[in-house]
Amino acid sequence: MTTVLEVNNLRVSFPGPAHSRFCPVDGVSFSLQRGETLALVGESGCGKSLTSLALLQLIPAPGRIESGSGIRLGDTDVLALKGEALRRIRGRRIGMIFQDPMTSLNPVFTVEAQITEGILAHFRISKAEARDRALQLLQEVGIPDPGERLKAYPHQLSGGMRQRVMIAIALSAEPEILVADEPTTALDVTVQAQILEVLDDLRARRGMAVLLITHDLGIVAGRADRVAVMYAGQIVEEASTPRLFASPSHPYTQGLFASVPRITGPLQRLNPIRGSVPAASAWPTGCRFRPRCPKAFDRSEVEPPLLPVGPDHRMRCWLAEQTKETGHG
Amino acid sequence: MTAAFDVLQSAWRNPRGRTGALILLIVTIAALFGPVLLPDPLAQPDVLDASRPPGLGHPFGTDQLSRDVLARVVSGGRISLSVAFLAVGLSVTLGAAVGLVSGYWGGAVDALLMRIVDGALAIPRLFILLLVLAVWERVPVLALILLIGATGWFATSRLVRGEVLRIREEGYVRAAEVLGARRHRIIFRHLLPNALGPLLVAATLGVGDVILLEAGLSFLGLGIQPPTPSWGGMILDSREVMISAPWAGIFPGLAIVITVLAANLFGDALRDAVDPRSA
Amino acid sequence: MRSWLLLRLIQAVIAFVVALALLFVLMRAAPGDPLSRLSADRPVSRQEIEALRARYGLDQPVGTQLIAFVSGLLHGDLGVSIEHGRPVTSLLAERLPATILLGGSVLLLNFTIGLWLGVRQAVRRGQREDRWLTTLSLTGYAMPSFWLGLVLAWLVGVEWRLLPAAGMQDPLLEADAGFLSRAGDVLRHLILPVVTLSIVSIAATMRYQRAAMLEVLRLPYMVTARAKGLAEHDVTWRHGWRNALFPVITLFGLWLPILVSGSVFVETVFAWPGLGALAAAAVGSRDYPLLMGASLLVAALVVAGGLITDVAYALLDPRVRLG
Repeated sequence: MTTVLEVNNLRVSFPGPAHSRFCPVDGVSFSLQRGETLALVGESGCGKSLTSLALLQLIPAPGRIESGSGIRLGDTDVLALKGEALRRIRGRRIGMIFQDPMTSLNPVFTVEAQITEGILAHFRISKAEARDRALQLLQEVGIPDPGERLKAYPHQLSGGMRQRVMIAIALSAEPEILVADEPTTALDVTVQAQILEVLDDLRARRGMAVLLITHDLGIVAGRADRVAVMYAGQIVEEASTPRLFASPSHPYTQGLFASVPRITGPLQRLNPIRGSVPAASAWPTGCRFRPRCPKAFDRSEVEPPLLPVGPDHRMRCWLAEQTKETGHG
Repeated sequence: MTAAFDVLQSAWRNPRGRTGALILLIVTIAALFGPVLLPDPLAQPDVLDASRPPGLGHPFGTDQLSRDVLARVVSGGRISLSVAFLAVGLSVTLGAAVGLVSGYWGGAVDALLMRIVDGALAIPRLFILLLVLAVWERVPVLALILLIGATGWFATSRLVRGEVLRIREEGYVRAAEVLGARRHRIIFRHLLPNALGPLLVAATLGVGDVILLEAGLSFLGLGIQPPTPSWGGMILDSREVMISAPWAGIFPGLAIVITVLAANLFGDALRDAVDPRSA
Repeated sequence: MRSWLLLRLIQAVIAFVVALALLFVLMRAAPGDPLSRLSADRPVSRQEIEALRARYGLDQPVGTQLIAFVSGLLHGDLGVSIEHGRPVTSLLAERLPATILLGGSVLLLNFTIGLWLGVRQAVRRGQREDRWLTTLSLTGYAMPSFWLGLVLAWLVGVEWRLLPAAGMQDPLLEADAGFLSRAGDVLRHLILPVVTLSIVSIAATMRYQRAAMLEVLRLPYMVTARAKGLAEHDVTWRHGWRNALFPVITLFGLWLPILVSGSVFVETVFAWPGLGALAAAAVGSRDYPLLMGASLLVAALVVAGGLITDVAYALLDPRVRLG
């Protein structure tokens, strides 16, 4: 397997009061193999969207990526790029889909203009050729009557159609990696399923690696090969999808599962995690989940590293050592 | 009230806002107490001492009638600032009242008031004042204040009206209404803290506008009447001697620039505090 | 779209009618009547004043006066100037071109340099350049236009003798001068008034453009544009500015009153033969019909400007245009 993306100790900081800086993303590492789908799961405010924006140096000012962070795209050191070189990998190596298709498309340009400009930014071809490609892309993402849709403005399309257009834009320069940041959150339930189907279909056909960012464990199962759970700016558990679903080990992950309603099986009480995600400007000391954790113990006052729980399964919790001993994992 | 205090505090923390506030304070103090220390701004001690360049005895020089320019600038500041503060106080009050009535009653009252505001906003304030003031032989200062104040509330009324409408639609206000609370009480209770910030901004920026407006009117001979010194009037007088005694016109102009700039810097900082997104 | 246009048109007409009524009431409600002020300035006998009173219909009830005024207005008749003894409409028409030349040039500068600087400021928000441009433009905004005009006329016109500081044409220019040298002459006369009016007005444009651009800069589609691999210049101008221009276009309607008021002072200082100088002179001579006519023309311009910008806005924004 080839690693197409490797993120190492990524830290994103924003200015706080009195010249201090705080890190909403604080030491995130993961890698993505060719053709693989990795799900980055977490509640809002955990830093997962900033992580995805950092991949292409899209962190809005005054935020910045701290030195010591590493992002490698194949042989390319992304964080060393700037200007034209940086522009050339945006869209070309990584394509991005965002949460809200309503505001992620520019209201004053037609669908055609918005897709073709992505193509023309990377390929030396004529406008007519770019238009043909845009037409193909619309077909590929399942938009009926693509010729007409090319002439439409975003406000004339439904939410689902807009998200399909967003996907077409993300694909326009044929990237090897697709980053989908909450691609279905803003959509109706029925439309969500359709969009996920389009993504599955494209991944199968194009063999792209996908980084799926979501708060919804429901869409991870059967779709992602691996899952990384994020909490308070860090990855707290990482495992293959079947393994994580079979034995979620980190108390936070367990909490996430307990708070998802089950459709099959006996009726159970939902157990939401008590408290709420702390603010990025005030991450707790020690284990960041400690204040909300039902299993917190004295060692939690020291921040745990990612510890192995089993084969290809790690978590950021001191309990990992016990879990392994008692053979739970 | 705490909302307005927070806004003031946040503007004070902004370096430019603090600079503006401090300058405004210094100018106000100078206007209040300066005349006591300086020579009589009306005195024409010696014709031979006319049009003196700035020097030891007269830091800003003397004008063509041998009057001390510094004394006149300070004393003119007293008039200009008084007119500005009083007129702005009047327009903000009027604007708040009309906006409140319009937004609260709605319907025909609102439609009528807002059509009048539309029409009034079509005529530049200067032209309204030119028409009305030209009638007077000598414009009384009180009339000047009242008229400038009475022509400055149109935009403020829209602002307050918008705020009332917004608050009326807020979920908690509707909920309180459903629960039987008296509507006007809820609206007033929430309006004051919400509208105070924007009103403060409008008032501060209004002070700068009115100083410029009054200076302009005085420059056209319709504002403060000679021999009472005013910044605009001094610039008008200096027109004839701009070549031989430019200081007589430059210093009152600088006084206007510094005061208006200070008001606008502070107003800008207040606006940033009210709406941090624009900072 | 069509019904919206119609509604907007009706709104504009109402605003103008209200403005007209306000102007009329203001003038008549003022203490004393206009002609009583005349006697203070000129050697006019009582009989002459009475005759003038009758001529201007001032002996009639206010209602009758208003009707007479409106019916005159509908026939393009704004009365006769007291000072000039000529129809107000022809005086205004004579002076309008010079003001349009001056105002148009100022607008042009504002809507090129001003917008450009505003966008730059937004992009560099909080940085040194942004802060300096804000302070500089606010300083310009704080200057009384007549004072800045006098200082520039004194410095550039008199001390340095670089540019003419008064009028629109050189009276010594030879009568048979060609078009080019005449145009060049007008251009030289135009520079100082335009610079003066631009300095005191550009801050407003910059502030609005900066605020509008800041709104746009944080919208998700800007991230989309960047993520596509567009050059930063295209992201800023094509995706950002296209959207940040809409709110600034509507500013045009707010902008005209500032421009017209400024031209009263600037034209007076530079003896520019436009409407502003005419209005200022009418104040001095208490020429009410002329002052009224000028105010009415300004109100019409402001209302029409607002209407035109709203329509332009609608045509530019596909969300409005296509409903």
